[in-house]
Amino acid sequence: MPDGYLPIFVFLPVAILFPVVTLFVAKLVRPSQPTPSKLGAYECGIEPASNSRGRYTVRYYIVAILFVVFDVETVFLYPWAVRYKQLGWFGVAEVAVFLAILIVGYVWAYKKGAFEWV
Amino acid sequence: MTAFYTGTDHFAVLPALLLALFGCAVLLFEFVLPVGMASRRALAALTLAGEGFTAYSLYRQHSYLSSQGWPALTAFQGAVTIDGLALAFNWMFLAAAGLAALISYRYLETEGEHSGEYYGLLLFAQFGMFFLASGTDLIVQFTGLETMALSFYVLVGFLRGRRRSNEAALKYFVLGVLSSGLILYGFSVLYGISGSTKLSAVAGAVAGRGAGDPLIWLAVATLGAGLFFKIAAAPFHMWAPDAYDGGPTPVVAYLSVASKAAAFVLLLRLFLGPLAAAREAWQGLTVMVALASLAVGTIAALSQDNVKRLLAYSSIAHGGYVLLGLVAGNARGLQGIVVYLLTYVFMNTGAFLVLVLLRRGEAEGNHIDDLSGLMRRSPAAAVLMLLFLLSLGGLPPSSGFIAKYYIFLALVESGHYALAAVGAIFAAAGLYYYFRLVKTMFGGRELAGEPLAASMGTRVAMVSTAVVTLGLGLYPEPLLQLALLPVKP
Amino acid sequence: MLHPVGTGHYLVLSLALLLVGILGVLTRRNLVIVLMSVELILNAVNINLIAFSKHTGNLAGQVFAIFVITLAVAEAAVGLGLLIALFRNRETTSADEVNLLRW
Repeated sequence: MPDGYLPIFVFLPVAILFPVVTLFVAKLVRPSQPTPSKLGAYECGIEPASNSRGRYTVRYYIVAILFVVFDVETVFLYPWAVRYKQLGWFGVAEVAVFLAILIVGYVWAYKKGAFEWV
Repeated sequence: MTAFYTGTDHFAVLPALLLALFGCAVLLFEFVLPVGMASRRALAALTLAGEGFTAYSLYRQHSYLSSQGWPALTAFQGAVTIDGLALAFNWMFLAAAGLAALISYRYLETEGEHSGEYYGLLLFAQFGMFFLASGTDLIVQFTGLETMALSFYVLVGFLRGRRRSNEAALKYFVLGVLSSGLILYGFSVLYGISGSTKLSAVAGAVAGRGAGDPLIWLAVATLGAGLFFKIAAAPFHMWAPDAYDGGPTPVVAYLSVASKAAAFVLLLRLFLGPLAAAREAWQGLTVMVALASLAVGTIAALSQDNVKRLLAYSSIAHGGYVLLGLVAGNARGLQGIVVYLLTYVFMNTGAFLVLVLLRRGEAEGNHIDDLSGLMRRSPAAAVLMLLFLLSLGGLPPSSGFIAKYYIFLALVESGHYALAAVGAIFAAAGLYYYFRLVKTMFGGRELAGEPLAASMGTRVAMVSTAVVTLGLGLYPEPLLQLALLPVKP
Repeated sequence: MLHPVGTGHYLVLSLALLLVGILGVLTRRNLVIVLMSVELILNAVNINLIAFSKHTGNLAGQVFAIFVITLAVAEAAVGLGLLIALFRNRETTSADEVNLLRW
């Protein structure tokens, strides 16, 4: 059944050729007058203060980890939301237990000072 | 509509539930207590209380099942099964965790890393193991496995200020997540074969396909590689010496016995459950891995001067013996596996226990020279260590002898004479490195330094490990009865 | 001949991802990249689970995939935590410089 792939084979050369051709044509017709401010990184018109690939403090990781952990727990709420009516009070109780465990983790992290910016 | 949480469900998961409850309680309890030594003692006491309650609910399951003639108690529509196998292993995990909690107090005080998280993670790891032993659904087993593994990664790296501990944890973590990924891939293939996550349904689908099917082969290869990683069987053993060397000694004692047993129970549930129909697909692989573990464990241990590393290699070799029980494949082999792992809990924890004793003040207590002249300095510790080493070496009258005897008996009964002979040769070679330790303890020059002081918990753990190791060697009847549980119909 | 995309294609894709992930874990020396390779392995599993779930019409595979996603997060959190602990003690994230323990 090659029919299903036909659009892909049509699209593929177009997708490859279009940027190559446009960039090449643009190179031919455009004037070239580089100045230092043109070559610099664009940061809302402000002069870049430092290299954007610089290192930043490890504390961001802790915030990121905490965010991701609590963020992904919501994934478990979706199936419950889909089947909310059928599950009834049992579903509510189940999710309450689930959230209670999360709250233990939250309280622990809070008390340990994980949310403070030291 | 089916009932969601029945009385049977509750009865089946109550021991694990209690562990989770106490784990959370220990985490939060720390914030309520004032800072100080008495509070830290209270944390340890709360952990042990949790183990006590768990033991009681486990005992209730045990007596209920034995009064009913050992039926398999299924709960949650077949996702959790309490049977002889689950109970035998849960008792094992309980013993290992209890001993680890007992010996941790003094060690953590010395390291200055005493906190509620340690005990919480100890309990959470045990929680995961309980579901590994009783889970008969791929999702439940996977969740149990990961709960255990994630807790152990953190526990191994618990000494945050020590680079050795950090490195050990990272190496263990990297290889551990790789093996988890492989096991998970195997799970996904099993699910694909059967269209169900229940082991009973998977079994039917595997039997329908036979051992030659490429998908079965893929599942066996990924599951095997992942599980042999977790067991620390050669050639997947690289993480074990590092993790054992760098991790806190009580954690290593717990890791070496409990996580190995937990990986074995998963292996048994899968390979003797759904994959039993595809035995040809994994039999050869298991034989090779078992022999490689025996060889690597025994030969590498000969040249180790670090006692924790030596015990790591010895544990690799012990894993090889247990795998031989799986190779035998008969009821005696299964009984031998349980006997072996149960005695291993006590003898190996005992050996690490003596190392915990040696860790005091500035003394690391890991090097073989730290054992030098132990007999004159602390005769009790030296005699106990002798007993544990005898047992690890498999000499009578210790329980280690019974364990090896059963494995070899199973091999002979199933006609694997060559394997039994090779195993016996490695067992004899293994005696050499254990006796190197014994020689140092009894012959070596006496060392100066702080005297050994045992805390109350350490003493209790010492006495119980010694009594069990020696007692079950002299009177193995209760041990054999417990090990018969998984074999019962 | 070409066929419509079916379960077999997904299986091949997931196998390829699995192999890339394993190679990444075993050969890359930067621990952050190792963590990313682990994610590849887990996503290979997810592709399998979802494809099989569609193939067999059983929903348990999709639920399983949710658990796998959670595991991926938990592993990343623990891994980064361990990495930070190591970094605080020795200022590196390269596995080559993790060299105190040798066998």
